[in-house]
Amino acid sequence: MIHLDRELEQLKKSTTAMWVLVQSQIEKAYKALAANDKDLAREVIANEKRVNSMELKIDSDCEDLFALYSPVASDLRTVLATLKINTNLERIGDLAEGICKHILSEEKAFDKELLKASEIQEMYDVVIEIMKDVLKAYIKEDTKLARTIFKKDEILNEINMQATKNITEYIGSDISKIEAGLNFLSIIRKLERVGDQITNIAEEIIFSHEAKVLKHL
Amino acid sequence: MVQKNKSVKELNPEYKLESRNLNLFYGQKQALRDVSIKMSANTVTAFIGPSGCGKSTFLRCFNRMNDLIEGVKIDGDVLIDNVDIYKNEIDVYEYRKKVGMVFQKPNPFPKSIFENVAFGLRINGEKSKSYIEDTVEYALKQAALWEEVKDSLHKSAIAISGGQQQRLCIARAIAVKPSILLMDEPASALDPLSTTKIEELIHTLKDNYTIVIVTHNMQQAARISDKTAYFYMGELIEYDLTEKIFTNPSRIETENYITGRFG
Repeated sequence: MIHLDRELEQLKKSTTAMWVLVQSQIEKAYKALAANDKDLAREVIANEKRVNSMELKIDSDCEDLFALYSPVASDLRTVLATLKINTNLERIGDLAEGICKHILSEEKAFDKELLKASEIQEMYDVVIEIMKDVLKAYIKEDTKLARTIFKKDEILNEINMQATKNITEYIGSDISKIEAGLNFLSIIRKLERVGDQITNIAEEIIFSHEAKVLKHL
Repeated sequence: MVQKNKSVKELNPEYKLESRNLNLFYGQKQALRDVSIKMSANTVTAFIGPSGCGKSTFLRCFNRMNDLIEGVKIDGDVLIDNVDIYKNEIDVYEYRKKVGMVFQKPNPFPKSIFENVAFGLRINGEKSKSYIEDTVEYALKQAALWEEVKDSLHKSAIAISGGQQQRLCIARAIAVKPSILLMDEPASALDPLSTTKIEELIHTLKDNYTIVIVTHNMQQAARISDKTAYFYMGELIEYDLTEKIFTNPSRIETENYITGRFG
């Protein structure tokens, strides 16, 4: 094993650790939402600093790798992909924090009817599932698994589109529900963006191992 | 801003150098195996590969320098401007004028800067003083050395720095107006600043010359060449656009070599 291999292995470990933290942030954000657990929401917001510091560390490690090892071919693609995955993960962390801020801004728990109408449970299930799958694809360097994500992200997009309609109907039934409805719509939008970030990560995994650029296709 | 090397479409369609099924033996030992390659005019081609892979041997085939080694046997074709330079009727000395060579270690003659550059012209029988002076100036300018030595042309070439000596050797090669420059690790004995100057020079020279460079410095190959050829144990393993070789080579052997996982 050459020195660069050890450095790349370390980079993968750091990225995986950040991934696990970000995934737990998303999971906790949902638990906080479903149970109206404001303490848990505050915990997610506090943990965002850890996500940010991990992002900075991985950025700096990538910079060192470029400067000290001048990686080429698959090594170059690995470091480039890691840089982008790192940014995507940090954004997912931001979105988890954003969801929790919406939870804190609501005095009362979100209406159960709203939760049901928006299909947020289904959305979360898909988000968690694809996060786990993409992590597995990243660890096992499995581009076939990474490709399965694109189809699943479409489910999120569909739910998101349907949710707008459903929430509009919900608000229409009672004008006092406007604030909660809009707040909730923002959460849905954020979850949909989590799906986009995960899709970007899957594209980076494929780029890293197959040198294929799937962006903007 | 990174200047991209030429794309396939932009490369000159005219082939300046070519080998077809070239095999070379040093006695019983086969140093080149069935090497076929085509190099376009006005491009820089880098030969990379581990020591003993045959890249320098192959480079020397293009000015028939291997002929000077005892026990060498060559079969296959080596073409310059579509003419096989190993055919019997070829005047080797005339063909060598088309091909300048620069070696790893700067090797100026123990003469003045001026006489080093004028040397090739004089042995070719050039008598015109003004032509020689003009050509020396032209060659030194082409080699990006003129500004540094114009006031000391009659100083000994041995007294200038290693980087300047190497550029002087390039000027000496250029003075006889070749169309091809072969360079065997031209910057490996130089400091980073001199290396940068040589690399810049190669970049400029390709407008007028077809350049082939052997290098162990992979980053250098990546920076200066349009196409890269990877050799291993006398075989040409992969030959492609440099950009492709260093981002996504087709052969695993190339990938292993350029990423340092060779052997």
